Amino acid sequence: MSKKLRTEPRIEDPDDFYARLIALHEGLSSEQSHDLNCRLILLLANHIGKQKALVEALDIVRNYRP
Amino acid sequence: MRDVRQIYPFTRPAELDSTEQSHVPVIIVGAGPIGMAMGLDLALQGIRSIILDDDNKVSIGSRAICWSKRALEVLDRLGCGERMLEKGVTWNLGKVFFGEQKEPVYGFNMLEEEDQQFPGFINLQQYYVEEYLIDEIDKQDLTGIRWENEVTDVRQTADGATVSISTPDGDYELDCGYVIAADGSRSPVRKMLGFDFGGETFQDHFLIADIRMKADFPTERWFWFDPSFNPGQSALLHKQPDDVWRLDFQLGWDIDREEELKPENVSRRIRAMLGEDFEFDFEWVSIYTFQCRQMERFVHDRVIFVGDAAHLVSPFGARGANSGLQDVDNLGWKLALILNGKAPADLLESYNDERVKAARENILNSTRATDFITPKSDTSRIFRNAALELARDYEFARRFVNSGRLSVACIHDDSMLNTTDGYSFNSKLVPGSPGIDAPLTVHGKKSWFLKLIGNEFTAVYFAREGEKIPSAAIELEQDSIPVKTIVITPGTWDLADHKGLLRQRLDGQPGSYHLFRPDQHLVARWREFDPEAVRKAVAQATMQPAPGESS
Repeated sequence: MSKKLRTEPRIEDPDDFYARLIALHEGLSSEQSHDLNCRLILLLANHIGKQKALVEALDIVRNYRP
Repeated sequence: MRDVRQIYPFTRPAELDSTEQSHVPVIIVGAGPIGMAMGLDLALQGIRSIILDDDNKVSIGSRAICWSKRALEVLDRLGCGERMLEKGVTWNLGKVFFGEQKEPVYGFNMLEEEDQQFPGFINLQQYYVEEYLIDEIDKQDLTGIRWENEVTDVRQTADGATVSISTPDGDYELDCGYVIAADGSRSPVRKMLGFDFGGETFQDHFLIADIRMKADFPTERWFWFDPSFNPGQSALLHKQPDDVWRLDFQLGWDIDREEELKPENVSRRIRAMLGEDFEFDFEWVSIYTFQCRQMERFVHDRVIFVGDAAHLVSPFGARGANSGLQDVDNLGWKLALILNGKAPADLLESYNDERVKAARENILNSTRATDFITPKSDTSRIFRNAALELARDYEFARRFVNSGRLSVACIHDDSMLNTTDGYSFNSKLVPGSPGIDAPLTVHGKKSWFLKLIGNEFTAVYFAREGEKIPSAAIELEQDSIPVKTIVITPGTWDLADHKGLLRQRLDGQPGSYHLFRPDQHLVARWREFDPEAVRKAVAQATMQPAPGESS
């Protein structure tokens, strides 16, 4: 169960998290933002840990590619 | 620069003065480390071979320098391991640097488990290894090197091959049962026969400068990503014997090769890296690009490919010569059984399967390291730098940092030669794993487990207290494909597992019987000794019908 990527709503305060995420990037160039996003992805990926869930996440976003 | 070490003289082959065409069981093309090891391995199996080489000297320049534990174990079986260990520089520690900062991002230790004869790695110039192999070959009647004998043609026949050879004194032909092509990445034999070598060339250049200098840097592998002395690129520093240091600078794709190779420009790079205070001499300077390629099959009827002729990887990871030696290890005993009529030619399919898979694993590792070291896109570079930055503070990020995943032995866990476990074992080893070393004493003298197994099927029996070798195990030694059993008996002096580490590493509870192939790979194990089960496992490991079944 825990190995699958969880996509049901889970974040305790979504509005707060979203605002923090946007605030994090305020005043940054695209390049700086990109840099920061990469670090964030690596940190969160490690928190998830499960290979199956991580690969599933990659598959989901791949399908949104224009 | 260093002069050529020694010229090995051309000797006029007897065939030039004879009307009869000679036949030899095996012809090995190429007297590099892999071809020479092949000749030695076959000689230990009682198989005669001739090694042909178009040159008359060992390799120029240090070339391969990092020899892995498994490669050292193979070379020890061939007689060179202890000399290499004595001369080589043993190292276990690596450090990774990033950007301007003088402090490393992190350090790592290659040593997994102590109490084994060989360390994770030693560094030793390739020419020493070749010279040691030549010394061993000189002791053997069954193999020898013919220098300045260039192979110009290979023709397969129904039951072997005919090889055309050109020498300074004239041309001749040899008939053989099998040709082993160990003629390197540009393999003339592969080209003559028109075989594939698919893969990619990486758009990058690297400068190797091996220099002699007195320096008190620690014996560690130092790797830099984007250092101030080579901005945007990588660099490596590594120690070899005789005060020789390997420096490796990534240069990028658009370079002026001749300009970069000028001594003053190489010196400028070295000064930028090490500072002005060092006196040094050049040992070897070379610019290389690298490729990851492999043949789809390594066995083509009577022609078998080993080493760089069959597969090619980038140098980060030391997976070139080290994997070639594992090819030799895998092939020698199989070919010997076939040539002695004890196993069907199909046994070569297992060489093909096991080593093609190993090459894929090596290329995968090598390609991933290359993509980390030389990111192919801006995003790839940003992710890499993010991983390197996080690695200073977080251990998890160090697992992403890839300056080369260094060669470890391939585990043939899905090999068709293995017998599936019928019991559970609490050991890192599975059928298909190379044997793990452990210290033993033989009549009170220190030895090592891996010194006692190999070259033939060998089993280790963990006896119960007071128990002697089972008589059925002695009978196994008389079989057509014999199995030698070594017995570890508690409290005896003949052969003692004095630290209990072999028992621990194999999970050798009393009564356990572990069977190893002639290349020291575990192939079957049981909790109780049953000679018929052992015979079945040997039949499976040599691709014969099980005993009792009609063929």
